[in-house]
Amino acid sequence: MKKEENRKFNVSELVEAGLVEGGTAEAFLTGSWRSDRPVWDKNKCIHCLNCWISCPDSSIKIASDEKRVTVVTGIDYDHCKGCGICAAECPPKIKALSMEQEKK
Amino acid sequence: MIKTIYSKGKLAAKTGNEVMAEAMRQIEPDVVAAYPITPATEIVQIFSQFVADGKVKTEFVAVESEHSAMSATLAATAAGARAMTGTSSQGLCYMWEMLNIAAGLRLPVVLAEVNRAISAPINIHGDQSDTMGARDTGWIQIYSENSQEAYDNMIQAVRIAEAAKLPTLITTDGFIISHCMEVVELYPDEDVKKFVGQYKPDRYLLDVDRPVTLGSIELQDFYFEHRWQLAQAMRDSKKIISEVAEDFEKTFGRKYDFYEKYKLDDAEIAIVVIGSTAGTAKVAVDALREKGVKAGLLKIRVYRPFPAELIAKDLAKIKAFAVLDRADSCSGTFAPLYTDVVAALYAAGVSAPKAINYVYGLGGREISVAHLTQVYDTLSKIASGDAQASTNLEYINVRL
Repeated sequence: MKKEENRKFNVSELVEAGLVEGGTAEAFLTGSWRSDRPVWDKNKCIHCLNCWISCPDSSIKIASDEKRVTVVTGIDYDHCKGCGICAAECPPKIKALSMEQEKK
Repeated sequence: MIKTIYSKGKLAAKTGNEVMAEAMRQIEPDVVAAYPITPATEIVQIFSQFVADGKVKTEFVAVESEHSAMSATLAATAAGARAMTGTSSQGLCYMWEMLNIAAGLRLPVVLAEVNRAISAPINIHGDQSDTMGARDTGWIQIYSENSQEAYDNMIQAVRIAEAAKLPTLITTDGFIISHCMEVVELYPDEDVKKFVGQYKPDRYLLDVDRPVTLGSIELQDFYFEHRWQLAQAMRDSKKIISEVAEDFEKTFGRKYDFYEKYKLDDAEIAIVVIGSTAGTAKVAVDALREKGVKAGLLKIRVYRPFPAELIAKDLAKIKAFAVLDRADSCSGTFAPLYTDVVAALYAAGVSAPKAINYVYGLGGREISVAHLTQVYDTLSKIASGDAQASTNLEYINVRL
């Protein structure tokens, strides 16, 4: 794991004052924090993007389809902390996102 | 009497607070955020007048507390500005949380501090309990014997802080220096500005091309290394303080060191003291010298970082010395300065000198030439073997 490699940094390698470069949150994998995981049903999804705009960890993956329309493509389980906001925001009539207990 | 040393220097009658404000005007920081407190109020009050009169381009932030004053000042520094503030006593106590954060984030904040007793009982007069309470916060601490030193220290502080990446506070003794008018040599604005230079941080929060996060959480895996870096920065700052003092002497003519040795080199007995009481002690030393007593004085200027190795060397040949603390640590044993001095000697293998620790002057209690002469008399008796050095913390001029 990247985090384990970071542990080896000594005082002369570490930046002063714990200053952290921009954009480095991507390298910090928080997926293991999850107790519940969101499960996305590709067939039910209407690609309204409510989940994407609500996700606090940018963990709803999107892409452009062949018609250049933005669509949901899945969940980034490396960063998703399992808060469940996406499932709560998914329209009740659609229910493309549901929460399941994380398997240990 | 202070005379002009610098060719373009001019003498003026100023109080300690006035010269600190004058130094701030000449330094002209980008941001000053402050909250008033006796006896430091005047420093930022006078400075805010400079802002109102358009004499400086500084952004003045009138905040609602000292906690906010230090927060705003360190935040401005983090954003990439040169920022300063001023406070005293309870104000410094209220800043305590943010003092540690300024140091931990390695931000070169400069603080004009006036030493005042801390509550309770409430008291507005001079003692050093406030800054002694902040001695382990990672701030460079520089004390001044008089207004001239306060002015010169302020000018040096900016460069020291920015080179060491450590917050730095300059102090004067409350009322004794802060409100006493003295003759001071002031240097021309442009010369001070040239000496101080521009603040050029490596990294800062408003640098949109190289964005950074400052102040993130660090647990068992990283915290210790960054605290070591902070402690090491304090150790490394000794070289920076010496270099800035050397350049200051080259520029303006006044010599500064970690401490001043007053008739110490051939002394048999000595007092170690911080701040304005050194001036009183010099009068006592001169009188004793006339009588043939080999008395000397070691006046601490830089208390953090503590110049331990140098002090051990200079006190090694002394027969008996007294460390005078204007703060009581209420530790059940000794006061802060004594603890530092004795640890310095022990670490250097110096065990011959006899030492006593006195606490004096709390809450502005008078400390006179007679009090200090009495200390020297006691030291003479200890040095000649006629008396034993007290193993307890002793007190001067308190009704026991």
